[in-house]
Formats: sequence, C-alpha cells, structure tokens
Amino acid sequence: MVEHRPFLNVLAHGVLVLGVLLVAFPVWIALVASTHPAETFQTGRIPLWFGDAALHNYGVMLGDGLSNMGAPPLAGMLFNSLVMALVIAAGKIAISITSAFAIVYFRFPFRMLAFWCIFITLMLPVEVRILPTFKVVADLGMLNSYAGLTIPLIASATATFLFRQVFMTIPDELAEAARIDGAGPMKFLRDILIPLSRTNIAALFVILFIYGWNQYLWPLLITTDEGYYTIVAGIKRMAEAVDANPVWNYVMAASVLAMLPPVVVVIAMQKLFVKGLVETEK
Amino acid sequence: MKRAIFRNQLLPWLLLAPQLAVTFVFFLWPAAQAGWQSFLREDAFGLNSSFVGFENYARLFEDPHYLNAIWVTVVFSVSVTVLAMGLSLLLALAVDRMIRSAQSYTTLLVWPYAVAPAIAGLLWWFIFNPTVGLVPYALDMVGIDWNHSLDGTQSMILVIIAAAWKQISYNFLFFVAGLQAIPASMREAAAIDGAGPARRLFTITLPLLAPTSFFLLVVNTVYALFDTFPVIDATTEGGPAQATNILVYKVYVDGFLGLNLGSSAAQSVVLMAVVVVLTIVQFRFIERRVEY
Repeated sequence: MVEHRPFLNVLAHGVLVLGVLLVAFPVWIALVASTHPAETFQTGRIPLWFGDAALHNYGVMLGDGLSNMGAPPLAGMLFNSLVMALVIAAGKIAISITSAFAIVYFRFPFRMLAFWCIFITLMLPVEVRILPTFKVVADLGMLNSYAGLTIPLIASATATFLFRQVFMTIPDELAEAARIDGAGPMKFLRDILIPLSRTNIAALFVILFIYGWNQYLWPLLITTDEGYYTIVAGIKRMAEAVDANPVWNYVMAASVLAMLPPVVVVIAMQKLFVKGLVETEK
Repeated sequence: MKRAIFRNQLLPWLLLAPQLAVTFVFFLWPAAQAGWQSFLREDAFGLNSSFVGFENYARLFEDPHYLNAIWVTVVFSVSVTVLAMGLSLLLALAVDRMIRSAQSYTTLLVWPYAVAPAIAGLLWWFIFNPTVGLVPYALDMVGIDWNHSLDGTQSMILVIIAAAWKQISYNFLFFVAGLQAIPASMREAAAIDGAGPARRLFTITLPLLAPTSFFLLVVNTVYALFDTFPVIDATTEGGPAQATNILVYKVYVDGFLGLNLGSSAAQSVVLMAVVVVLTIVQFRFIERRVEY
C-alpha cells in the first residue's frame, strides 16, 4: 500500500467479504440441506439454517446407500475414490521421476523423441479421445477394475517437466561426486535426487491427489459395477433420480462427503498446495 | 545441459518404459485410431466400414447441430473466462491492499479449487432448482420466472455460473502472485509523481499484470473448453434443446451414447487440433512473456 486511503481499504474489505460469501454460499447451502429431513424439500424452499437430521442422513448414505436410486453405500465409493486418488498421485510421481531422471542424466539415441512423445500427452485430454480409449481399455479387460480406473490416467507430461526442471537445477558436481564415490545411477537417484526434491514431490502429491479424487468422465465410462463406483462419478447417478424423488438431503450429504477430503487437503496443506499449483504451470 | 552423465544405455529405456507404455497404449494409439476412424463410415450394424475421405468432416460442418455446438461453446467459454477472471482480478486487487488479513482471506478464497466440477455443477443446480431453489424464489419476487429445464438462456447462465465459480480460486492465486511480483517502488514513484490509485491501476498495475493475465486467459480457455464436461453432464446434459451442448459434450453424446463412430472421431480430431493450437500458443508466448 502506497498511501493511506481509508475509503479504499473499506471498499477492499467489502469486496473480499462479498467474495468469500459468494464462494462459500453453495457449500453452505449444501451443508444446511444435508441436515434436514426429506420432507422439508417436498413442501418448500431450501432452508438457510441447520436442521436436526444430520446424523440420520449421513448414516443412511454411508451405511446403506439409496438402493432405489442406484446408489450403493457411500463408504465403499469413498474407499474407491481414495484408492484412485492415491494410486494416481503416487503412480504419476513415480513414473515421472524415473522418466525425468532418464532424460536429464543419460544420453541415448531417440532421447528427444521420447521426450516429445511424453509432451504430446498434454494435447490429448481424455475428453477428445473418449471412444478409442474406452475400446483399448475394454479390449485389455480393464473395465470395472482398479487398474482400469488408474493406469490409463497415470502418464503425466506436467510432472515429468516439473522433475526435469528440478533436476536441471541440481549442481552437476553432486552427480560427479557420487560417481567418484562409486555410486551407480539408481543409488544416486534414490539417495540424492529424491531426497533433494521431496518438497516438490509433496507439493505435486497434493495437486495430483485432488486431480485423482475429482476424476469424473473416466470412472463414469468404465465402471458399470457398483463395487467400483467412485463418489464423484457416483453422485451423478443419484442426482438423475432426484427430480422424481426429491431427496435433496441425501444428495447434498453425498456431495458434502465427496468434497470434504480434497477441501481438507487444500486447507490443511495450503502452502504445499500453492507451491504445487504454481510449479506445475511453469 | 548436464555435464556429468551416466553412461548406461539400457537403463534409461527401463526408466522410461512405464511412462512410454502408458503413453502409447492409452494416448497415442487411441488418438491414431480416432484419426483413422474419422475417414471411415460404418454401416448401421457396425459390420462393415468403408473409406470415405473427408466426408465425415464435410458432413460435420454442414450439420446445424454441430454449428450450433460451436456457437454454444464460444458463448460458454468466453463468458466463463471473462466472469472467472474478472471476479478473481477484483478479489486479488483487494487482497493486495491488505497487510495482516491477506493470508486469512486467501485461505477463505482458495478452497473451491478442491471441489470437483461435477459437484460444483450439482450445488448450483440445487440452488437454481425451480421448485425448491433459493434463486428462483428470489427471482420470482421481481417477476422473473426461472426454469432452466425449459429455457435455454437460463440453462446457459446456470452452467456458466457453476463453471466460473469453480475457477475463481485458481485465477485468484495467480493474480495475487502476479501482483506481488510488481515492485512496490514503481507504485511509490508514481504516487510521488502525483498519480492517484485509479491512474496507477491503469498505467502500472494492469500493464505489468499482462503476462499473468495472458497465461490465465489460455488456461481458462482450456478449462472452459475441456474440463467443464462434468459441469454440463451433472446438470443440463446439453439441454434444453441443445442450448448447452458444448463440443466436448457432443463428442461424448454422439460417440458414446449415439454410437456414431465416424462423426465422433471427426469431432475428436477437430478438438485435438484446438488443443494443439492452444498448447502451442501457451508454450510459445509464455516462454517469451508478454512484456515490453
């Protein structure tokens, strides 16, 4: 701030408070709605303050699900989402570290070709190659499996670039010293490179966990077996039935449960989250 | 370029193998398939296919539904980008004035990044629900009849709001970082020369924010074009009467639900071309930085 302008300060606070309210509004409504009994929504409008059916709603959704609306118990879907998010995050990081290591520390024929192949994945989001990718996964027998949910999403140009950048900034002398001391490439990777990039790994993990958790189209395509539904994709099947049977309380309870884990991760690890976000976009 | 390198020849390929395998099997091969299929026409039973050259593309660009989808996509992307960037720039400028409270406001504004687009869509769909929603109730008092399942424009407004809401926190973080990178001495010098806050905003802050804004423009366009699929699918499903049928959603509907392989493949190729152009723009211009 350059000079003292009380009016502008008040204005800025006003804008920010409005912004915070706007951003929080839908989630507030969802939280409130998830604590009311179903009858509330058959008679009138969305209430603005909490009701007394929270335990009942969340209990029903977690334990029993809504079988008449095609929703299995949420506990199972939450578990699937967790598996998917963790495997995708860990897998992307692992294969990107080894790829970046190969590209930065070795000289071999077709090195740049390999680099460009990885780069091209940036230009092929799943949305533009839905059918052929689905067919490949079906032919490999990976429909309705954890492998099908995770492996096709595990390639990552962004993460490979990030680790390439990180490795480029590590002084050559370290690799020389390691070689003189008789360390092989894998020992150098394990004992020097990975420890040196652990904050980058942690920051990336936060971003990729959210990415994996929030996957929607892919799980929707390849899971037809309730046992493999993830929560974000599963809610859609619930919401489809809500017009005929307005059990908004259950749908909103499911939504709250679906956003809780990634939101908690962002708030609890805000520093790492911001670092990860800024780094992956360089 | 690294000086100290290891000499193994086999090891780098083993290290690259998992990434390359996934890339070939799930990215390059399906993309090539889409490219090939876009030149084929299958009969109604999917038994025979014949090579038809660019006929699928020609049909696509004569199809009024596809032309409509292009227009809908343009309206949607521009609105989402402008709304999301405008609101977040305003919030970032406000936070930039704060000293002690900046951190708390930031925490309160960034968490929607973690909300899945599908959930964001669902939340706004609930708020705008014609029977129980709060907004239709409020609009009713001023005489507006809200029903996004019948009115195409209202349906479009709904998905724009939901998609933009989700993107505010991302833009906000990058705008704040961009503002912090502007040296305070510049603004101080301008203030000493007698430039008021408004003048400084337009002659110093906004021009120096150009690289950040350009970067966000590309990122937001990509987001609006491709990552908003869940918002549409969880709410309007492209309706009513195709009023919110954006291109990525149409590929899915025509290919996966309608099983029109040739047309869907041609649409995929068109979208790939769009991503390629956007990626090149992003890399060329962001490397160079928009500055003077």
